[in-house]
Amino acid sequence: MEEYPKFKDWIVELLRRTSTDLPADVIAALKRARDSESAGTPAWSVFESILQNVDVAREKSTPLCQDTGTNVFLVHHPRGVSTRAMARDIVAATAVAVEKCYLRPNSVDPISGKNSGNNVGPGHPYLHFEEWDRNDIQVRVMLKGGGCENVGAQYSLPFAPLGAGRDLKGVETVILDAINNAQGKGCGPGAIGACIGGDRASSYMTAKEQHFRALDDSNPDPVLRALEERLFDKANRLGIGPMGFGGQSTVLGVKVGKLNRLPASFFVSVSYMCWECRRRDMWIRNGEMQIE
Amino acid sequence: MNNIELPASGETIARLRVGDLVSINGVMVTARDAAHKYLVDNFIDRDPPPQEKRYAEKLVPLLNGGVIYHCGPVVEKEKSGRWRFVAAGPTTSIREEPYQGPIIGRFGVRGVIGKGGMGEKTLEACKRHKAVYLHAVGGAASILAASVVEVLDVMKIEEFGLPEAFWVIRVQDFPAVVTMDSHGGSLHKDVQARSTATFQDLVKDIREGK
Repeated sequence: MEEYPKFKDWIVELLRRTSTDLPADVIAALKRARDSESAGTPAWSVFESILQNVDVAREKSTPLCQDTGTNVFLVHHPRGVSTRAMARDIVAATAVAVEKCYLRPNSVDPISGKNSGNNVGPGHPYLHFEEWDRNDIQVRVMLKGGGCENVGAQYSLPFAPLGAGRDLKGVETVILDAINNAQGKGCGPGAIGACIGGDRASSYMTAKEQHFRALDDSNPDPVLRALEERLFDKANRLGIGPMGFGGQSTVLGVKVGKLNRLPASFFVSVSYMCWECRRRDMWIRNGEMQIE
Repeated sequence: MNNIELPASGETIARLRVGDLVSINGVMVTARDAAHKYLVDNFIDRDPPPQEKRYAEKLVPLLNGGVIYHCGPVVEKEKSGRWRFVAAGPTTSIREEPYQGPIIGRFGVRGVIGKGGMGEKTLEACKRHKAVYLHAVGGAASILAASVVEVLDVMKIEEFGLPEAFWVIRVQDFPAVVTMDSHGGSLHKDVQARSTATFQDLVKDIREGK
């Protein structure tokens, strides 16, 4: 883009960092999870492999996971910046990141089965732009793998099979149900993002956006914060453990957002993020780029 | 640690039990969704059509006593033209549940590596044909790629795309855990039964406001 000639290169670097280097809060949560397991058990050895992989991927600059996922971009920008120019650069950077083996060609036509070869196609990458009052640009990206995406779930309350009504108890019940149904298939211990309310689409998106929150943050809404804490405690009593091998650590965190609903609808959406919570923020401040 | 040399015999596999750590050495082949459908469509209850014969000649001996790895790798083509595995962890196995049992039986496959476990049909095939399901650590793609020491061949890359192709690889000290054995044991079944019982207790707690 014109204002920032290096924007495309910066996005390539953002994708490299996100694919190869986990954020500090995620590594800290993984270490806490390892320490909750008894040394020598299969669960403990999973964490040893996980933490070794985190180090090797960073040192060798190779993808943490071969499934580099759907690339979800959330861009905040000041007034006057062309979102079309940013979108063009992000798309071009995605193809470069594939050439450099930071990303796998991961975009498949659902009818022909043909892989586009460069990770670009309808819906790929996923881009969302929002104007804000600041002068800075913030580009947030998350790599959301297919295994964990497949175990996400959406409930419409009341949900009779579990006796879950249209209240917080019902919400807590169905979120816990989604975690139990996921077992180890989403590459646990997972980071759980949930949304209460919204329509089917906005509810899922808000659930997914919770993965941008640091695992050690604190929800400013006291009701949601208490719900998150109760769910974190209960989920880790399920005994599913890392990879579903059995163990103390079933989730790394539970984050819940909310949206207003229609009187007729009461959706609860659950997005499961694998242990490899790949997300990064890139900032452009006064023409300087920084990745956090 | 149990060292498994490929191709493996039924006796070697029968010694393995749920929870055993294994280290695999030898030649194995990756296969995921498109590859499994292809094997079933062309090889089960029929002879492969003429245009697939050249693949049959390679795949049949590879799979006999061999191991299928559920994996869609990140692969780099080096300047020399040789392929190199960059990131290669397991993909979710349950999608292959309709195909896996017949493939194990038809080709004499001794092991399937993946993640998340498989269902009753595969467990039954493991029992009948002396095979095991081996769980690798999902997401540990950089360290697992390091145990792939050589890429020997690739098949169907144009047709299936890079992640879905059959990659024939030589591995050294590839680590995995037996989670389904040839005696009917399944860690996945046990963990799910226990966690579901706990879940039901926790739902009661939620109703009581605990």
